[in-house]
Amino acid sequence: MIKFSEKQLRIPKLMRPVYLVTVGMSKFDRAFPETRTEELCVDALTAAADFVNMTPSELKQYIHTCYYGHFADHFGDQLLGEAVVHDRLGLDPLGNIGVKTGGATGGSTMWEAVKAVASGYSDCALALGWERMDEVPTDEGNHLISCAADKDWETPLGHIYTGYYAVMAQRYWKIFGKEEDSFRNTMAEIAVKNRGYARMNPHAHGPMKITVEDVIKSPIVAYPLRTLDCCLMSVGSACGIVCDEKTAYEITDKPLRIYIAAGSHTLRVADRRDMKIPLLPNEKPNQYDNLGKKFPGGDRYPGFTSFLAARISAYYAYHMSGVVDPTEDLDIVELHDAFTISDIQTYEDIGIRPYGEGRNYIESGDAYVVNPHTKKPGKLPSNPCGGLIGCMHAVGATGLMQIAEIGYHIWNRWDEIHESEEKWNSFGRKKPKDWTSLQVKGAKRGLAISHAGVGSHVTCTILMNPNNLIKED
Amino acid sequence: MPKVEEEKGFVEILNSRYKLRGLFHIIEANQPIYNKDTGKLAGVTNPRDVTYIHSYGGEAIFFESLSKGKLMASRCDNEKCESKGSIYEPFRIFCPDCLRKNTIVDITEKAQKTAKIHSFIITHRSGAFNILPKPIKFINVEFDEEVVTILMSVLVVGEPEIGKRIIPIFRIKSPTYTIMDLMFVVKGTTESELPEKFSF
Ligand SMILES: [Zn+2]
Repeated sequence: MIKFSEKQLRIPKLMRPVYLVTVGMSKFDRAFPETRTEELCVDALTAAADFVNMTPSELKQYIHTCYYGHFADHFGDQLLGEAVVHDRLGLDPLGNIGVKTGGATGGSTMWEAVKAVASGYSDCALALGWERMDEVPTDEGNHLISCAADKDWETPLGHIYTGYYAVMAQRYWKIFGKEEDSFRNTMAEIAVKNRGYARMNPHAHGPMKITVEDVIKSPIVAYPLRTLDCCLMSVGSACGIVCDEKTAYEITDKPLRIYIAAGSHTLRVADRRDMKIPLLPNEKPNQYDNLGKKFPGGDRYPGFTSFLAARISAYYAYHMSGVVDPTEDLDIVELHDAFTISDIQTYEDIGIRPYGEGRNYIESGDAYVVNPHTKKPGKLPSNPCGGLIGCMHAVGATGLMQIAEIGYHIWNRWDEIHESEEKWNSFGRKKPKDWTSLQVKGAKRGLAISHAGVGSHVTCTILMNPNNLIKED
Repeated sequence: MPKVEEEKGFVEILNSRYKLRGLFHIIEANQPIYNKDTGKLAGVTNPRDVTYIHSYGGEAIFFESLSKGKLMASRCDNEKCESKGSIYEPFRIFCPDCLRKNTIVDITEKAQKTAKIHSFIITHRSGAFNILPKPIKFINVEFDEEVVTILMSVLVVGEPEIGKRIIPIFRIKSPTYTIMDLMFVVKGTTESELPEKFSF
């Protein structure tokens, strides 16, 4: 049984308020055989400048330090790729640093940028991320990804990361899903929802109009996970710029307050030791005393069925921002749906539903922009951009894309980014005839989870309209 | 295509320095990448043949023991540590709590008597350099309560199921000195059913 000290559980404090002023992203795709990574990064920063009606040179005048998220530089045979991008963005002589935390790289990059502004070191910081996984043969790519596991204890076993990851899905499926067809359907609903939402997103790499049946009949990757349960592997770039209050209002009259926190857990799932469940503000002591009775085998925490890093990042971020119940206090979330089943695990880890009841978030219709049962707005829509399953997973950019998407909703500018016929055409994509706005109406607060691999790193970002803060500074 | 003997690289340690012998990379010319539709150059290939040299450090005893049919783990014996008595498999050189060096313990018998499947996955997918036959049956192995972690391995005889009792097997003949020298089979498997080069 491991324990955490009070000092370790201290609520993080930003020394001054930090604001997100603008965001941008490139097109996302499986491969860009005729585009350099730097070109995609320039696209993302240019989009961020456009978003606040500035030229890139005008916007760059404000930037003081730069944080670059790029996970897998062994794919590119290029160390210091950050320096390449920094130079091509024309940001010398500013201090810059690379951030690498697997799938959470995008979120971690923003974490660094926010702390730089909060501390007073910078008044304006750029967080920009990208990933490039299309420049090696697929099986070598699988090997390179498997290097994110332990190279002595895991990687030699098949050189396939899915193998190390999916054992967790199996355990959740058996214990909390009880191997029920109804649970299998709920998993499939997530894939249908997110791929369907991606159809409305010109940036998205994996839009599909599919049914639950299609998901359940798709080829098995590692039972119970099937092809359509799994996220994409993408190339692209995304960014966000954060400022102190004064600078924020010089750039835009509508900056958003940003809070962010990070958590971690063992690189090898093998090393997870048993512990008591750390509670979120909407949970009660003893709430989980019967968990093992209700779900035999579910009493080991986090075991293989939960992500401690996600829980701890939410614990810090909720207390920082005043969020008590995410379903009540937030209007929109972008979650790290690497797999349909891990998406359900995350609902529990971040307190959208209690442990053991994650599936209800989908089944109730709360997770939809329009609740399929009531035809009314869903209580807490998740992943209207399509998520990792439908939009993209360009590792270093993913967390920043999610933050950008939450921003678009709160700024009430989601349509502007996703509707323009011109953008669809410039990306060489056909806007669907039934294109529908997925703008969450009246969104004031949102959350994004950025998550690495088997759960080694997770960040929780919370954005709020400054007029709708929960907690006084 | 596997390299022939003359194309391989070997490493030894002499006077605390790595001594290399043999070939460590074979140069292969790069090739242009053309867009067939436009006829224009888009990029180039960059073939690389790299051999990493890696120290097991304090975990070497674990990998060497596999080749002798022994499963070694480590235990914190620090009287003042809250985790005293915890056994780690994967083997940890240091206790994660007190950071004192753990005691090396032989858990071969414990594994034979208590190992069971905590979770598993069967997959037909693999990455480059994989040499396991497919489908691969990944398993996570729990031991008795003293062992506080859950080892990842593969099941090579029998079908995986949560809670199923399993037995470790070791590649004693021509070992690879990697985690691939340890695999598991379901309890009741006979010696003749074991993969080539493996024994109980
Ligand atoms: Zn200790």
